[in-house]
Amino acid sequence: MMQVLAIFIPIIAAILLPFLFKQVRAIHTGWFVLLVPLILLGYYLTFVKQTINGQSVVATMEWIPSLDISFTSYLDGLSILFSILITGIGSLVVLYSIFYLDQTKEQLHNFYIYLLMFMTAMLGVVQSDHVITLYLFWELTSISSFLLIGYWFNRDKSRFGALKSMMITVAGGLMMLGGFVLLSLMGGTFSIRELIVQAPSIVTHDYFVLALVLILLGAFTKSAQFPFYIWLPDAMEAPTPVSAYLHSATMVKAGIYLVARFTPIFALSEVWVWLVAGIGLLTLLWGSLFASKQTDLKGILAFSTVSQLGLIMSLLGVAAMAFHVEDAAGTIFKYAGFAAIFHLINHATFKGSLFMIAGIVDHETGTRDIRKLGGLMSLMPVSFTVALIGSFSMAGLPPFNGFLSKEMFLTGMLSVKEFDLFNFETFGVLFPILAWIASVFTFVYSFYFVFKTFTGKLQAEKLPKKPHEAPIGMLVSPVILASLVVVVFFIPNIVGDLFVKPAVAAIQPFLYDSPDEVDIAVQAWHGFKPEFWMTVGIVAAGLLLFALLPKWQKIYRVIPEWLSLNRLYDFIMNTVLDTAMERFSSLYMTESIRKYLTYMFAAIVSIVIGTLFFKDAFSLSFENVSPIALYDVTLLIVLVIGTLTTLFAKSRITAIIGLGAVGYTVALFFVIFNAPDLALTQLVIETISVALFLMAFYHLPKLGRVEERMRFQVGRALIAFGVGAMVTLLALSAHSQKLVESISGYYKETVYSLAGGGNIVNVILVDYRGFDTLFEITVLAIAGMGIYAMIKLRLSRKEKSNENK
Amino acid sequence: MEIVMAFVCGFLFMAAIYLILSRSLLRIIIGTGLLSHGAHLLILTMGGLGGESPPVLGEGVTDYADPLPQALILTAIVISFGVTAFFLVLAYRAYQELGTDDTTKMKGSEEDD
Repeated sequence: MMQVLAIFIPIIAAILLPFLFKQVRAIHTGWFVLLVPLILLGYYLTFVKQTINGQSVVATMEWIPSLDISFTSYLDGLSILFSILITGIGSLVVLYSIFYLDQTKEQLHNFYIYLLMFMTAMLGVVQSDHVITLYLFWELTSISSFLLIGYWFNRDKSRFGALKSMMITVAGGLMMLGGFVLLSLMGGTFSIRELIVQAPSIVTHDYFVLALVLILLGAFTKSAQFPFYIWLPDAMEAPTPVSAYLHSATMVKAGIYLVARFTPIFALSEVWVWLVAGIGLLTLLWGSLFASKQTDLKGILAFSTVSQLGLIMSLLGVAAMAFHVEDAAGTIFKYAGFAAIFHLINHATFKGSLFMIAGIVDHETGTRDIRKLGGLMSLMPVSFTVALIGSFSMAGLPPFNGFLSKEMFLTGMLSVKEFDLFNFETFGVLFPILAWIASVFTFVYSFYFVFKTFTGKLQAEKLPKKPHEAPIGMLVSPVILASLVVVVFFIPNIVGDLFVKPAVAAIQPFLYDSPDEVDIAVQAWHGFKPEFWMTVGIVAAGLLLFALLPKWQKIYRVIPEWLSLNRLYDFIMNTVLDTAMERFSSLYMTESIRKYLTYMFAAIVSIVIGTLFFKDAFSLSFENVSPIALYDVTLLIVLVIGTLTTLFAKSRITAIIGLGAVGYTVALFFVIFNAPDLALTQLVIETISVALFLMAFYHLPKLGRVEERMRFQVGRALIAFGVGAMVTLLALSAHSQKLVESISGYYKETVYSLAGGGNIVNVILVDYRGFDTLFEITVLAIAGMGIYAMIKLRLSRKEKSNENK
Repeated sequence: MEIVMAFVCGFLFMAAIYLILSRSLLRIIIGTGLLSHGAHLLILTMGGLGGESPPVLGEGVTDYADPLPQALILTAIVISFGVTAFFLVLAYRAYQELGTDDTTKMKGSEEDD
C-alpha cells in the first residue's frame, strides 16, 4: 500500500504547494519541493538490495475492482532503475531550478505543480503493472509536459511547441491504448507480468502484429524516434530545468522503458526486431547529422537527445535478437541489452549536465545562439569543465562513462552480422557501418557544442549581458552529474551490478533466472579488438570533420529545405486539417435548408428502397383487398386534380384553394370509409386551416407579392418522386404481408360491457387510450400559447426603440 | 381499393415533398399540409378499408370498420393542426420581421455566428 501511495506523494504535495507559495514569500518555493524527490529517492534506494537478487516487490491498490482495474506498483530491476533516475535527477533539477527561476518574477507555484504532477506520472508509468493505469500515467506525462513547455504562455513559440508535442505524443498514446486493449484481449489479463508469462501463446494470435505496431507507435512518438522526433526541438521553448528533466533524462525515456518492458512479449516477432533496431538506427543517424546544423545550444542538445535515444532503441532491437538464438547467454548477443541500459544511465547523467550548462550560459550571457557565443572559457571555468566532461562523454571518449557504453554499443552492433535470421545476413552489415557514421557525427556535434561556446574569441558586444560565472547553487547539480560521469567510468561494474544487471534480467527473463547470471563485466580496456579500431577511426574522422566544419556546414542550408519533416507537420496541421477540412465542410454546410432537406430525403429513400431491394422484402398480393366503388373513383379524380392544382398553381391563392379542395376530399374519403368522427373533425379543421392560410397570404409584404409560377427543377422532382415511390412501395408490401391479426376485435367486443359506450372511436380516445388524448390537448394548448407569445412578445423591436431613444 | 390508395398516398407524398423543397415559406407549409393528408390516408389504408358500417354500436351490425386507426388519425389530425397553425403564425411573424418569405434569403447575420 505504501509502495503505491509513494507514486502519488508528488501530486499530493502539488495540491499543498499554492498555499505555501502564497504564505511563505521569503523562502524560494523550490526548497520545499526539493524534499519530495529526496524522500522518494531514499525510499526507492531501499529496494535496491532486493532487486539485485532478482526479487521483485508488488503492491496493489484497487481502483475499479468490478472492471479488474487497479493501481499495481511492480518494482523489479528495470522499474527501480527508472524510479531512481526520476527521483535522483528530479532532486538535482529542482535544486537547479531554485537558482534558475526567480521567486519574485515567476509564477513558481505553477511551475512546481506541473513538475510534481509530472513526477507522479512518470513514476506511475515505470511502476505500473496494469496496462490501463500505465496508459493513464502515460497521458498524464503528456499533459504535464504540455503545461511545462507552455510555461511561458505569453510567448508564441512556447504555445506552438506545447501544442506540437501534445498532438504528436497524444496521437501516439492513443495508438498505444489500442495496442494495450488488443494485447489484454489476446492474453485475457491486464497485468504485464501475466502477459509475459503468456507470451508464447500470444505470438500466434491474429492481432499480435497489430498490437505490436500500435504499442511501438506509442513508444516511438514519446521517445522522439524517426519520424516523430520533430516535437522535441520545438519543446526546447520550455524553461531549461524542464528540458533537462523531461526532454533528456526522463520523459523521452518512457518510450524506451515501454520497449524494454514489452521486449519479453514481442521480441519473438521478426517485425519487432526490424522495427525497433531499424528505426532506432535511422533516428541515431538522422539526429546526429542534423545536430551540428543547429545554432541554438538547446537545439543541438535536442537533436543529440533524439540521436542518443535512437542509439538506445537500436540496442534494444538488437537485444531482442537474443531471444532467437540458442544459448544466448553464452553468445555476444547478450551485450546489446546490457549496453542499452548502461547507456541509458550514462545518457541521463551527461545530457542532464549539458542541459544545465546550456541554461547557465543562457542565464549569464542572455543568449543561446552559438554564433554569438565564444571565449567563455576563462570567464566561466567551472561551467566549461562540466561542459567538457559532458561533451567528451557524449562523444565517447575516455575517461568518461560515454566511452564505455559507446564501446559496448559497437560490440552490440558488430554482433548483428552474426545473426542469420530475418534477412539480417544481408542487411545486417549495414548496422555497424551506419552506427560508425553516426558516431563520427556525434563526435563532431559534441565538439561543436563545447568548443564553439567556450573557446575562440569573446564577442562581448553581441551579448545582451556581461558574462560571468554562475552562482554556486546553480553549479551544484551539473557538477554532481559531471562527477558521476567520471565516477561511473572508474567503477562501471558497481553500477552494473547494482542497476544494470537487474534491469537486463527483467528485459530478458527467458535468458537469465537471476541478475547474477548476467556475466558481463564492463572493461575500460578490452584489447585491440574491432571496437577499438572503430573508436580510433571515429576520433580521427571526427577531428578532421570538426576542423573542416565551417567549410561543409553550408551543405545543411541546401538539404533541409526539402527534407524537413516540420514542413510535413505544418502541412498536415494547417493545410490538410485546417484549410481542407474547412473547405470540405463548407462544401455541404451551405446554410440552405433545401439542401439539407434534399440530403435527408435522399438518404431516407436510398436506405428504405435499398433495404426493400437487397432484403427481397417487396411483395404484392391482392388478397384482403376491398372492392372499388364508383364514388371512390370520382373522389380519387377530385383529389388528384386538387393536388395537381396545388402543385402547378400560378398564384398562391390557387394553391391554397387547391389544398382546401384536397382537405375536403379527404373528409369525403373518411365518409365513404365509414369514419364519421374523422370526417367531422377533418371538415372543421380544414376550414380553420384554410382561413389561417389566407390570413398568412393576406399579410404578405409587398416585396414578396411578385407572383410567379414555381420553376420546375429536375433534382427536386426526382427526390419528390423517390419519396412518393418509396411510400407506395412500402404501403404495398406492408399491406401484402400482414403477419398478425388486429387487436380491434377486443375493442369491438368490450366497448359496451366494460366502458359503457357505443361509439368505439370515442371510447378508445377517452377511455382505452385516454393518455394520448390528454397530451394531444397539451399539444394544442402549447401551440395556442406559442402563437399568443409570438404575436404579443416583441422584445427585439422594443430593444431597438430603446436604443433609438 | 387498398392498392389504389397506396398509389394515391405516394402521389400525395410526392407532391408534398416537391412543395417542401421550394423557396417560399407559404408553399413549404402547404406542402406539410399535403404531407399530413397523405399520412392520415396511409394510416387508414393500412388498417384495412373493409367493414360495412361505422364503428358505432348498432342493432344487428357485426362488420364494423377498424376503430383503432380512426382513433389514431383523430389524434394525428389535431396535432398536425396545432403544428400547422403554429407554423403559419411563425411564417407570418417572419414576414413581418424579415420582410421576406424566401428561405434562401433567411441565412442569419454574421453577428449571430
